[in-house]
Amino acid sequence: MNPYIPLGILLALGFGFALLSVGTSLVVGPARANVAKAQAYECGIQPTPQAPEGGRFPVKYYLTAMLFVIFDIEALFLYPFAVAFDQLGLFTLMAVVLFLLNSFFVADAYVWRRGGFEWD
Amino acid sequence: MHNQLMVSLVGEGGAAAASAASGLTAWGWLLVALPLAGAALLLLGGRATNSFGPLLATGLSWASFALGAAILVAMLGQDPAERAAHLDLYEWIPAGGFELSAGMLIDPLSISFVLLVTFVGSLIHVYSLGYMEHDPDKRRFFAYLNLFVAAMLLLVLADSYLLLFVGWEGVGLASYLLIGFWNHKPAYATAANKAFVVNRVGDIGMALAIALIFATFGAVDFATVNAGVPDASTAALTAIGLLLLLGACGKSAQFPLQSWLGDAMAGPTPVSALIHAATMVTAGVYLIVRSHAIFDASPDARLVVAIVGAITLVYGAVVGCAKDDIKKALAASTMSQIGYMMLAAGLGPVGYAFAIFHLITHGFFKAGMFLGAGSVMHGMNDQVDMRRFGALSGAMKITWITFGLGWLAILGVPPFAGFWSKDKIIEAAFIGEGWQPWVFGLTALLGAGVTAFYMSRLFLMTFHGKARWTDDVHPHESPATMTVPMIILAVGSAALGLVMVLLDFPAWLEPVLGHHEHEHPVLPIPVIMGATLVVVAIGLALAWFRYVKESVPTTAPKGSLLTRAAREDLYQDQINSGFFQWPGILLTRSLNYADKAGVDGALSGLAAGIGGSSSALRKVQNGFARSYALTMLAGVVVFLGALWVIN
Amino acid sequence: MTALLTLPAAGEFEMADINYVAIAPMIVVFAAAVLGVLVEAFAPRRLRYPIQVGLAVLALVIAFAALVLPDADSVTGTTVAGTLAVDGPSRFLSGVLLALGLVGLLVMAERFGGEGPDAFTPMGAATPGSAIESAAARAGLATTEVFPLALFSLGGMMMFTSANDLLSMFVALEVLSLPLYILTGLARRRRLLSQEAALKYFLLGAFSSAFFLFGAGLIYGYAGSIRIPAIGEAAAASSGDLEPLLLPGVAMLLVGLLFKVGAVPFHSWTPDVYQGAPSPVTGFMAACTKIAAFGALLRLVYVGLESTRWEWRPGVVVIAALTMIVGAVLSVTQTDIKRLLAYSSVAHAGFILVGLLAFDITAVGGVMFYLVAYGASTIAAFALVNMVRENGAEATHLSQWAGLGRRHPWVAAAMTLLLLAFAGIPLTSGFTAKVAAFMPAVAHGGLSGVLLVVIGVLASAVTAFVYVKVIVLMYFTAPSGDVGLAQPALLSVVAIAVGVVLTVLLGVVPGPLLDLAAQSSTFVR
Repeated sequence: MNPYIPLGILLALGFGFALLSVGTSLVVGPARANVAKAQAYECGIQPTPQAPEGGRFPVKYYLTAMLFVIFDIEALFLYPFAVAFDQLGLFTLMAVVLFLLNSFFVADAYVWRRGGFEWD
Repeated sequence: MHNQLMVSLVGEGGAAAASAASGLTAWGWLLVALPLAGAALLLLGGRATNSFGPLLATGLSWASFALGAAILVAMLGQDPAERAAHLDLYEWIPAGGFELSAGMLIDPLSISFVLLVTFVGSLIHVYSLGYMEHDPDKRRFFAYLNLFVAAMLLLVLADSYLLLFVGWEGVGLASYLLIGFWNHKPAYATAANKAFVVNRVGDIGMALAIALIFATFGAVDFATVNAGVPDASTAALTAIGLLLLLGACGKSAQFPLQSWLGDAMAGPTPVSALIHAATMVTAGVYLIVRSHAIFDASPDARLVVAIVGAITLVYGAVVGCAKDDIKKALAASTMSQIGYMMLAAGLGPVGYAFAIFHLITHGFFKAGMFLGAGSVMHGMNDQVDMRRFGALSGAMKITWITFGLGWLAILGVPPFAGFWSKDKIIEAAFIGEGWQPWVFGLTALLGAGVTAFYMSRLFLMTFHGKARWTDDVHPHESPATMTVPMIILAVGSAALGLVMVLLDFPAWLEPVLGHHEHEHPVLPIPVIMGATLVVVAIGLALAWFRYVKESVPTTAPKGSLLTRAAREDLYQDQINSGFFQWPGILLTRSLNYADKAGVDGALSGLAAGIGGSSSALRKVQNGFARSYALTMLAGVVVFLGALWVIN
Repeated sequence: MTALLTLPAAGEFEMADINYVAIAPMIVVFAAAVLGVLVEAFAPRRLRYPIQVGLAVLALVIAFAALVLPDADSVTGTTVAGTLAVDGPSRFLSGVLLALGLVGLLVMAERFGGEGPDAFTPMGAATPGSAIESAAARAGLATTEVFPLALFSLGGMMMFTSANDLLSMFVALEVLSLPLYILTGLARRRRLLSQEAALKYFLLGAFSSAFFLFGAGLIYGYAGSIRIPAIGEAAAASSGDLEPLLLPGVAMLLVGLLFKVGAVPFHSWTPDVYQGAPSPVTGFMAACTKIAAFGALLRLVYVGLESTRWEWRPGVVVIAALTMIVGAVLSVTQTDIKRLLAYSSVAHAGFILVGLLAFDITAVGGVMFYLVAYGASTIAAFALVNMVRENGAEATHLSQWAGLGRRHPWVAAAMTLLLLAFAGIPLTSGFTAKVAAFMPAVAHGGLSGVLLVVIGVLASAVTAFVYVKVIVLMYFTAPSGDVGLAQPALLSVVAIAVGVVLTVLLGVVPGPLLDLAAQSSTFVR
């Protein structure tokens, strides 16, 4: 069997599911419009700019987003370590501790001292 | 047939291997090091060296001459075949596949140049002590002069094309620095700039020639190249020869790269004498003669050398007839005389030795005349217009006599120096088969006549006839520091030719250039000699009638078409800009436009065309990240497509 | 080929062999960068500048010692499970990066007698000398982050030159690039230009990274490995089945790297970014990024793609030719010294490519020598640009350089020398570098090599006009405006002196360094 056939099937399934769910909601969902629904979903940000030609977004949201990315990446790297923890031994433990120290402690310490955790 | 014979002869003679330098010759590096140290000291030492700097520079230049003379004496004591010595300096570029040690080749050819450069150079140092006495930047001037001497010596002593190129650029640099020495005058800066630009064209030729030499021979030192010539393909040799010629044309102001020399006269007069008459501009001739093995094996390239020389000798002579600026007339004459040397070099083994012979005698008499012109300017409030000179023979006796000796020498009046060297070139030009001896011989002969006319015009307008001075000038003789060098050079102009003939100068160069059998010109030698003297006499007589018998107007008359064209350097600048500058500007503009407008421009340009509005085009500016990304994407697509097509 | 989709069986964990001595220089630089971040976090504001400068200089010196001291045989080889190759080229280029990085850091540390490094802003929104700026400075937003950022970038560059597989190469590429994006946007004056440049650099850099990754994926599909030597072996033993993956893969990998060296048509960012970035950063970037990117390119094409070069070399030959021509011709019309130097750096990338395409061991040494020569001159040139000021702001327009030779002869003389070196005039490093890079191309590059050299000679003649235009401007034109030198500038002067001395030294006695480069031109596989 051609090794690409499973891939093709997966691709077809993916497209199919996307089309199906969007299509179904169009057909069976109630369509009662209100203002809040018409707005784009952005957690906490007023999506409409204050000035017609485009105002400023408060930068603090992006700070939060970046902090999230730092944690996210840490989790990403911790996962494979956790899966194979029993085989890895002391060396890898030290390596992960060093990694956490660098990316967690150093980065967060910097953000903290610079006031990145203060909302205002 | 004839050429093949020559090749084999030269192959044997020219391949005389250089032995390792020993004794006094081993100190040859000092020849370059002394003036270089002077330049460094004066430039880096700052004002502290103001008081003794010029004297020190002069002394170092003389020291270099003394060492050169001592080496010459040592060399004379050796067997002619063993005179060439090779002096290894240090591993300059030891990179893997390309090894090159910086070394010097001290042989009869290079030592002749060393003596010319250091002797004339030292005299001009002395002269400059007087000429530049009141210049506030005297120290810088002498530093540059020393730098020039060092670079010129490096050029002639180099044992490889690459090291020669270092000296080549070095003399160029010194020359620009000195042309633009009085940099507060914008016109002078333009002149320096022009010299640089034109020389760059020549340097491209040099650089490519070196690359091609490396590709052909696997090395760039003279010994390997000379030994490898018999095995190289004629096409490669011709290409190398033509590229070397391009380089030589740039440096030696030969057609079609001659336009910068006239403007270079903006530099101080001692500079014109040293660099733009006696030494640097003859580097091209040296290069051709030094590469004789290549040119002997490629008759086509050599013929082009001869043609270029012939064209330039006529061109320079014609331009020289119309110039009223004494220095520019002398510059045109230099161009023309180097044309003679190039012609001789292009004639092959019959001419090499005479090219160098004429180069040396010319170095003396032309430097002498330039110094004379400087002396005249010194006495005439820095005026250069010959129409405001006249009758200076009384006021400046020494200048008059020394200049006169130079004038007789360049005319080729026996027994002065030019007679011995130029006459030999004219004779050599008549040697050969087919059309060549007639064309080259008659051109050289005609050139001698025109030379006699314009040099006599220059001499007579300046020193004879009626005084046409402006009211505020009081001509006076220059101080001894200036006149003594002029006297020494004048003695050389008078006697050097005869001395060199008596010492058999061509035989002295034989270990380098190879021996060649004497050949007979197509006309008997006495006929050629007689004809030369007759045309010179006619030229002189014409000049005497026009500029002494008749009065010379103080403003230039409109003149004939040819005169006007000659005044404008035969429109060379205009032609150059037509051929070289405009295509370059257009290319730059179009590329620049493409870069600025980019893909956006192409798209919105289309839109603008459709909408009939040009405003869209104007809004297109450089700096859109999206258009950059689009350029990149297009690049990737084209790159991929091209690879796909190739495979 | 069924193995393509099966997960590798869970095997025993094998610890990677790590030769700590071999990678010590990189570790030192990265550790110092991390420490630098901590210094930023905890050190009192006034102490940060001396601590950061001291830390950075110390780190580079220690790293250099750690690089030079060990015996070459004991460190040569692949390490960290084959992801890093420590060999002649990577050690040579790492050493060069450390040395030139140190010079670059000195220029960045220049404060002209004021407070904090002068070229960088503590707050992107603040005008120089304004109340907001001083408030930002009081709040502890000092400008000393540039030092850890530069160290991170430098560490990434060192890793880039030793990366032995495509993923490490990508990681190194990002580690070196991201700090540079930030550094580009930190200019204190002309902030909008600087921030715009940073954004452009980032966007286009990300774009090129995507190409690199895509290419890496295709090559992995072709060779079944991301190890560069394995790619070479796979290509040599190829049966031709997966050939369609090879060329697009190679092309896209090359695009990613050619973007970093600034080759046409992937050069569009160069002038904008060089102009917008603070001049010390531009110098650092122009010298060190070029060194690192060419190091990576050398390894990729000489180790991984050498056996397939007949298929892709013609395309890169055209790119090299275009790079030289466009770089040289466009530099003619520039009116801003930084843009002019940017286009000149584009042309230089083309010259280096000429040497690289010769595919001979002598070319490796030649290219590495060229990188040193160009890097040393260019850092000094931008340090000079950083000093020439009008009303406090950098005077980068060429008209402002008029008459500099009369007011500040030493600065003009140094700049003249550097420009002559860029033009390749003999007795400067530019000439020997061009000889070292072009001669292998003539000897081993075949017809296309000779053609490229011809184009190279013509292009360098064109750039020579441009440089002479600047020189004439400095010496022969009457000064205008109120252009002066920022002073005191001890650190800059030191950096400029180093660059100038190297420029002369490498022109007159290039022997030792050329020897070293030639001895260091063997890649481990």
